[in-house]
Amino acid sequence: MTKEERLKKRHRAEKRFRFYGLASILVALLFVVILVQNIFSKGSSAFKKTVITTEIFFDQDLLEIQNGASQEEIMETDFYDVMIENLIKAYPAKDRAEEDELLKLFSGDAEIEIKKAFLKDNNLLGKTITLDLTASDDIDQLHKGNYPRDLPEERRRISDFQLVIYDYFVENKKISKNFNNYFFNNGDSRDPELAGIGGALVGSFYSILICLLLAFPVAVLASIYLEEFAPKNKITDFIEININNLAAVPSIVYGLLALQILLATIQLPRSTPLVAGITLALMTLPRIIIPCRASLKAVPPSIREGALAVGASKFQSVFHHVVPLALPGTLSGTIIGLAQALGETAPLILIGMVAFVVDIPSSPVDPSSSLPVQVYLWSESAERGFVEKTSATIMMLLSFLIVMNFIAVYLRQKFEKRWN
Amino acid sequence: MNIVLIFLITIFSISLFFYGKSKTKTISIKDNIKLNALPKFYGYYLVLWCSIPALVFLLVWSLFEPVIIKSIIIETAANQGATFNDKNEANLIYEKIKAIHLGTYFGDIDSILKESALAYAKFINLFTNSKVVLIFGIIIASVVYSLKKIKNNNKARDDVEVILKGLLFVSSLIAILTTLGIIFSLLFESIKFFSVINIFDYLFGTNWSPQRAFVRDASSITVAELEELKDAFGFIPLIAGTSFIAFIAMLVAVPIGLFSGIYMAEYASIKVRRISKPIIEILAGIPTVVYGFFAALTVGPFFRQVGENFGLTVSSESALAAGLIMGIMIIPYVSSLSDDVINSVPQSLRDGSYAVGATKSETIKQVVIPAALPGIIGSVLLAVSRAIGETMIVVMAAGLAANLTINPLESTTTITTQIVMILVGDQEFDSPKTQSAFALGLTLFIATLVLNYIAQRAVKKYREKYD
Repeated sequence: MTKEERLKKRHRAEKRFRFYGLASILVALLFVVILVQNIFSKGSSAFKKTVITTEIFFDQDLLEIQNGASQEEIMETDFYDVMIENLIKAYPAKDRAEEDELLKLFSGDAEIEIKKAFLKDNNLLGKTITLDLTASDDIDQLHKGNYPRDLPEERRRISDFQLVIYDYFVENKKISKNFNNYFFNNGDSRDPELAGIGGALVGSFYSILICLLLAFPVAVLASIYLEEFAPKNKITDFIEININNLAAVPSIVYGLLALQILLATIQLPRSTPLVAGITLALMTLPRIIIPCRASLKAVPPSIREGALAVGASKFQSVFHHVVPLALPGTLSGTIIGLAQALGETAPLILIGMVAFVVDIPSSPVDPSSSLPVQVYLWSESAERGFVEKTSATIMMLLSFLIVMNFIAVYLRQKFEKRWN
Repeated sequence: MNIVLIFLITIFSISLFFYGKSKTKTISIKDNIKLNALPKFYGYYLVLWCSIPALVFLLVWSLFEPVIIKSIIIETAANQGATFNDKNEANLIYEKIKAIHLGTYFGDIDSILKESALAYAKFINLFTNSKVVLIFGIIIASVVYSLKKIKNNNKARDDVEVILKGLLFVSSLIAILTTLGIIFSLLFESIKFFSVINIFDYLFGTNWSPQRAFVRDASSITVAELEELKDAFGFIPLIAGTSFIAFIAMLVAVPIGLFSGIYMAEYASIKVRRISKPIIEILAGIPTVVYGFFAALTVGPFFRQVGENFGLTVSSESALAAGLIMGIMIIPYVSSLSDDVINSVPQSLRDGSYAVGATKSETIKQVVIPAALPGIIGSVLLAVSRAIGETMIVVMAAGLAANLTINPLESTTTITTQIVMILVGDQEFDSPKTQSAFALGLTLFIATLVLNYIAQRAVKKYREKYD
């Protein structure tokens, strides 16, 4: 091989190597794009729900109340007959079997929706109104185009007759898409069209709030001690090693800790944001301490010495001068730690947050779910409607994380002083 | 009750603050003595003495009160003639008694329950009263003590700082307490587990089927059942599955992560680096449950489809899908750390290599990487420890059955998956099945600890070499 050939070969190798590096970065970036695109394309339809416009006639004979009845009286009244009588008029069905199939196109909450309309204006007796009633999950998915209708009938959840009704609805413009308020307001449900993340949102909020209240002060105080006051001895060395190790312990181990100590020994209530918050706080603590210490360390010694020189005590120099300067870094580290805690699932599963909770928790000691656990729960469900609900929940979760990380970066860039 | 107490303590502390501040001021003016600290420090001093002992007492009391009352009530119920065979039934009776007391129980109430509920009410009353009395006693004692100190014109600033420093120290101890909590809670159940199942049967058994251990109480296991259980808790398939999936993940993460790290450290312009580094780090910020969902619903079925086209049977919960996605999650751990490590290789080494005519890639391959190797190995080990501790991806995308296989298209299970599967939903405490989850947790804890220790040592040694 001549010199020139060898050189060419070496330069080719150089180019190849460079290409591998670039390609790896592109692969990683590509994956981010694919993941986000996949979730968005699956999930964005969940923010709308399919409704069927139906005429409802409030027949006084079927309802055993008078005009101007009180709220309680209406609440106790059975609207089932009114619902049936009106819904079967939505399409000219021939017999009972067809009527049953027709009724299945409406959600399980149709009766409640009718009752709510009546509650709003209780002078409706003997009158007719048009109402947008939520459609069942099957119709919802069909209308959104997520459901293949060209399958043979026995492999479909929707019968041929229901397809005929659906086409009739579409032709007469009786079916449309509305903003899906149920998705944000409702708790969990076995019916995808009624299931929402209201409970999970509140549960996550309480958990993260408790985590913040516990982890932030302790982490700041601990890092101040370790960085500013701790004498160099075996105890502080041991604490340091401990913190580094704790930050690397798999999160599921914290779940086991919570199960044994918080639930079995102290007997805090299962499945509650209280336990979740404490567990997440223990897990987040070392992850906050590490950036807190880094930002304390970044404050130059001249600041401390200046304060000491004018007669401040060690404490005053730290709390009046060092801590305020380190605060932006501390806060952004805390927010990033909380963002990690918000997405954490495994320990929450172990403390029983996978329980099926319909009610929206009203306090941190009520059983509840949380956003990531809700993702896990729904992803295990077979119904097609839950796929879009899961993806939409992930979209909500990711947008919270993006906002939190954005705040963290902003805090650091805006307020952190650069020392040179 | 607790909230009222905390409120009272707060109010009391705040008023003491103003009392201490003005009192010392008037003393200093009236008696014309120089105070040893600013008046507000005397206020702080009183606040700390008034609140901390009382609050600590309240916390400790609240932690232990329910447990103690429960054991007393279960005992009285037993004395009344209630019968229960194990802990679960005892708990059930206790819950009933509590519900009767609160008026939320609507079942039949027999005389035993009624008596116990009365006893429960009595004890609750007794405990609450003594709590209030004790707390006020503590507050009065500590306030009297601190007022006396103030009258003697103590060095309040120094004293306040000593107390606060103690508080700071206690906060930093929480890390140690957490570690101790983890170790004890894992050891406690694991020891019970290993008293039933031989540790060697666990470590070297090749069959994992804990659902066979459907025994309610570990203490009532017969010899025949024990024989049966002996080979139900074999750890080998789990560690094999875990390592296998972690291995696939590393096959993805190490090349991509390392090459990205090298490119960012050596080739990329500042602009490219500033954009691409945070985007790659997004991969580490995405919750693992999202990866799990993606792996289970998109990647798994996709692989099965592709496999079918080639005439292969691919399980929809294949080790390949879980490993691949886990690998992608881990990329930033490898890339960021190796980027840092490569950046800290001194420029003089590179310059020397360029001086003898090496190209950039030759320099990287023959000089920079060998120099950075301990650090790179450390970062890979950290990534491995992430991979074996990762839970949600494998729970959602890998299988549940413990197969001993090296076919990436079949499903396998991992340690973390089994912990979740055993502990999800209702568990019976004291069954070997539940305890086995803690034994698995202990194994996982030790494994990640060892890996992290080695990795940190490697990175530290390497740093020392060039600092």
